[in-house]
Amino acid sequence: MKVILVTGRTVKQGFWKEYGKFSKAYMESVSVCYMDARDMERLGIKDGTNVQVSTKHGSTILKALKSTRGKHSGIIFVPYGPWINGVVDPETDSVGMPSFKGTQAEVEPAPEKPVLSLEELLKKQFRKLNR
Amino acid sequence: MRTVKHVTCPVCGCLCDDLELTIKDEKVVKVKNGCALCKAKFLGYSKHRVLKPLVRKNGRFFEVSYEEAVSRAAEILTEANYPLLYGWSMTSCEAVSAGIELAEEIGGVIDTTSTLCHGPSTLGIQDVGISSATLGQVRHRADLIVYWGSNPLIAHPRHMERYTIFRKGRFQKEKRKLIVVDVRKTETAETADIFLQIKPNMDYEVLQALRALIRDQELDVDEVAGIPTERLEEIADTMVECRFGALFFGSGLTMTRGKNRNIDAVLSLVSDLNKLTKFIAMPMRGHFNVTGADMILTWQTGYPYAVDFSLGYPRYNPGETSAVDILLREESDAALVVASDPVASLPRKAAEHLAENPLIVVDPHMSATARMADVVLPSTFVGIESGGTAYRMDHVPLPLKKIVEPPEGILSDEEILRIILSEVKRKKAEQMENP
Amino acid sequence: MKMELIIRNGFVFDPINGVKGEKMDIAVRDGKIVERVNERKALEIDASGMLVMPGGVDIHCHIAGSEVNAGRLLRPEDHFKYSERKTATTRSGSGHSVPSTFTTGYRYSRMGYTTIMNPAMPPLMAKHTHKELNDTPMVDKGSFPLLGDWWFVLEHLSNGRIEECARYVAWLMTSTKGYAVKIVNPGGVEAWGFGHNVHSLDEQVPNFNITPREIIRGLCKVNKLLNLPHTIHVHTNNLGKPGNYTTTLETMKCVEDLAADDKPVIHITHCQFSAFKGSDWKTLRSGAEEIARYVNNHSHVTLDMGQVVFTDTTTMTADAPFQYTLHELTGSKWTNQDVETETSVGIVPFRYRRKSYVHAMQWSIGLELALLIKDPWKIFLTTDHPNAGPFTAYPRIISWLMSRRAREATMKKINRRAQSKSLLPSITRELDFYEIAVMTRAGQAKALGLKDKGHLGVGADADIAVYKINPEELDPSRDYKIVRKAFRRAAYTVKGGEIVARNGEILKHVKGATLWLKVKTSQQTKVNEDLKRRFRDYWTVEYENYPVSENSLDISHPINVEAKI
Ligand code: SF4
Ligand SMILES: [Zn+2]
Repeated sequence: MKVILVTGRTVKQGFWKEYGKFSKAYMESVSVCYMDARDMERLGIKDGTNVQVSTKHGSTILKALKSTRGKHSGIIFVPYGPWINGVVDPETDSVGMPSFKGTQAEVEPAPEKPVLSLEELLKKQFRKLNR
Repeated sequence: MRTVKHVTCPVCGCLCDDLELTIKDEKVVKVKNGCALCKAKFLGYSKHRVLKPLVRKNGRFFEVSYEEAVSRAAEILTEANYPLLYGWSMTSCEAVSAGIELAEEIGGVIDTTSTLCHGPSTLGIQDVGISSATLGQVRHRADLIVYWGSNPLIAHPRHMERYTIFRKGRFQKEKRKLIVVDVRKTETAETADIFLQIKPNMDYEVLQALRALIRDQELDVDEVAGIPTERLEEIADTMVECRFGALFFGSGLTMTRGKNRNIDAVLSLVSDLNKLTKFIAMPMRGHFNVTGADMILTWQTGYPYAVDFSLGYPRYNPGETSAVDILLREESDAALVVASDPVASLPRKAAEHLAENPLIVVDPHMSATARMADVVLPSTFVGIESGGTAYRMDHVPLPLKKIVEPPEGILSDEEILRIILSEVKRKKAEQMENP
Repeated sequence: MKMELIIRNGFVFDPINGVKGEKMDIAVRDGKIVERVNERKALEIDASGMLVMPGGVDIHCHIAGSEVNAGRLLRPEDHFKYSERKTATTRSGSGHSVPSTFTTGYRYSRMGYTTIMNPAMPPLMAKHTHKELNDTPMVDKGSFPLLGDWWFVLEHLSNGRIEECARYVAWLMTSTKGYAVKIVNPGGVEAWGFGHNVHSLDEQVPNFNITPREIIRGLCKVNKLLNLPHTIHVHTNNLGKPGNYTTTLETMKCVEDLAADDKPVIHITHCQFSAFKGSDWKTLRSGAEEIARYVNNHSHVTLDMGQVVFTDTTTMTADAPFQYTLHELTGSKWTNQDVETETSVGIVPFRYRRKSYVHAMQWSIGLELALLIKDPWKIFLTTDHPNAGPFTAYPRIISWLMSRRAREATMKKINRRAQSKSLLPSITRELDFYEIAVMTRAGQAKALGLKDKGHLGVGADADIAVYKINPEELDPSRDYKIVRKAFRRAAYTVKGGEIVARNGEILKHVKGATLWLKVKTSQQTKVNEDLKRRFRDYWTVEYENYPVSENSLDISHPINVEAKI
């Protein structure tokens, strides 16, 4: 399903990052994807099902959660963090700022694929840790 | 047990300075007046701490002394042709000052996390200026508050309580009107008198429509970004009719399509409104001292962020001299990261280049970036274990306090940067003598 | 360590000690002027054929603080072309009209200036100002807190509680590490909080039962009660508006009766901007004659010029309503920053053009004031940096003051109509080096009450400027270009007894002290308690976090003041 990806701050992400980024709580607070209930229905997924979010820049596995923030069909919301950074548009439009909000993305159900821990994610993404 | 009063909170740009902390055995055990984010920090900061300098050898971290780690850091920085010094928004002005001197000394680039949040706001200000005020001015006078693309209840939890909606002022005793503009119904939006849910990436269009409307121009479209024109007319009237309006904008405006153009538009709207009433605008700065980093860079170099010293004098050209661009172009050949976690916040391609090159991290935590580093220099928590100065989002400077002793032997960002600087100078002098 | 220095054989101009170009030696030890030094050991500067003066003193230049920095932020285009490279002794920097801090210090030092006063400090932002001043090397410096619209001042004065007001001001002066009472468009700045202004000395300030006249008189009394070294420092109401010279005359008159012993009680700053005759921009004329006549007949006023130079610059003042008018007039970008409970600031980029009638008239008015006021101890050289132009233009202004030819050369190039309306062609006066020394150092130091500055008597601070000018051979009227060049780059600048600059090269980066007043009054504790109790109703910061701590000043130089109350 085609959606617009918006990344941003959430209360949990703000809270748990103060406890350290390798904590499970931090991971659980940012490796999620808030979706409109109707969109979830359309995808045939439940609260808590894993989804794959992809753009032309990359893809990532996140846990889908039902948004409590009114209706926003066609928009998914993902907290700032390393899980989504491989997916956002790095283009800075010559002003130094990547496009963290409003990127075209594709969401599909991925119940079989696991959400990686930060350590796993970093190992997967960065060659340096595998030398 | 002792209590410390009037403590400044080193978390968000609200920089609340009315905290009361209870300390027991050099640990904060109780926080009065703080919000959830603040409590999380004061009560939880000491977890996942790095307590020894680390140096990576053959892919693995080894604990070393500060001397050794600093010497390695200085070596990396003196050998680099185009080092990047990044971060700075979660430390004291005094540390930033040391960082600027270091960047100048090694001919590097210094950039702050502004580049990732309100860099476009700065560019907008440089285009059109900004009609602004301190938060107390808003508290005393504003009868209309607008949050645009920002969600203070989450990101700046006491903003509304201390400065806007839930606080009385000398000339404003009645309830103020609240307008929220966002792409989804945020927590803040739920408390609004008027909520405008606009389509993503269309802020610019809405802002320009409002500019036209306050000039009494007719719009010949039925809707803009999903908002019926009559609704926009209503908003425009509310803005014009207020006595003192205050518009706060967040990354919802800087990070979407249009970026600095959105800011041009919002600042122009507010500027225009001053022909008809009093109106101010303010970016909702995130990290507690990102404003301070902007300020000190500006007074020492003339430019607020993305300052390049590679030619021996400050140069500034965001898009060229800004961190993400330098990393995406793979130009930097080493980096020093202070008080920030770019591996967790930069687009991955940029983070990859950062990690691929020699990387020095100064941080109290084992962050994702520290995990990638070649040298990790553990530091104190600024505003808890060491003092200094920070700037509130409205440019009001406030003191950061040292409240408890840091773990034994742990140095502050400022101290670490000063010793790196003198080590760099020493190494350079040595090289001059035996080229 | 005993540092000794002797400056030999220069033509010394030391107006405070009545020295008018006599050839003499100046001896220095440990940062002070002394009777004599051990001539065999002392470092020697051969100043034969050169001018020797006390280091320059600037009574009014916006070089640091939140408003200056907002100006820097607003104007990257001001910096691009003016970069200064890092050297072995100096830090890098940039900027033309709003230079970065290190660069500011170096540029002053190159011109032989050693003490400067930063005239607009929002008290809430005082920490910022002092941080920037810490980073402004080579000069000693002070700052004037903005007090004319501070709520406690308005409230106490409207209730006639002068003594109480004075104690609050004493608290503020000491807390913010300030040096003098600054008043800007009194009442108008408070009115700007809701987008309004006041337009005469007797208009009521909205929401406060007080008028500008009462604010000025009240603070003038407060200033005297507190025994502050400088007078109140006033930016008049209606600044920058045609016809405002009458407001300026009224402002000076309104404190006439408060003067005693021929001592000044008021300083009208950047008077050029407040000396406009006419009813609109088209009919603008100079009010310099009227103002000069008044000043020549009264001894309770000092002024500074606020001289316009033709260049691109950045205007910035706490007179935010005026800045908004300027924004509307020019259409240039505009920054405004209101400061709760205290003041405001507005910033607009500006270019003074020779061919503009108004700008050319402004240029003329500044010089007319300086030349028509007979006593150089009453009017000082400033550009209200950067409002009428950057301070680096001082040498050019000196040449205009000293040379009719220099004035004529510029006059030829300005707007035709302004040429015909200017009073300058009728003025033949050319200042001499003695008068220049008064207007650029001695007079300013005296007006500021700086006992150890602005002169070369024994015991004075060894802040000295040496210029490559031989007054016996050079005719400044004819050779004004040489004069200009010499003042641009001092042959030597001595700061605190050390040679810090030579021929425009910075030899040593020195910090310079922050001068501030430690004002002592009786019954201060009661006032502090009261302030503390009411603080949260006025500001959004805590009482305890408002003051600037002394140890945050890199080099603190408190001056003890015993108040009369
Ligand atoms: S609002 Fe921000 S500054 Fe204030 S207590 Fe919460 S986190 Fe700290
Ligand atoms: Zn001024």
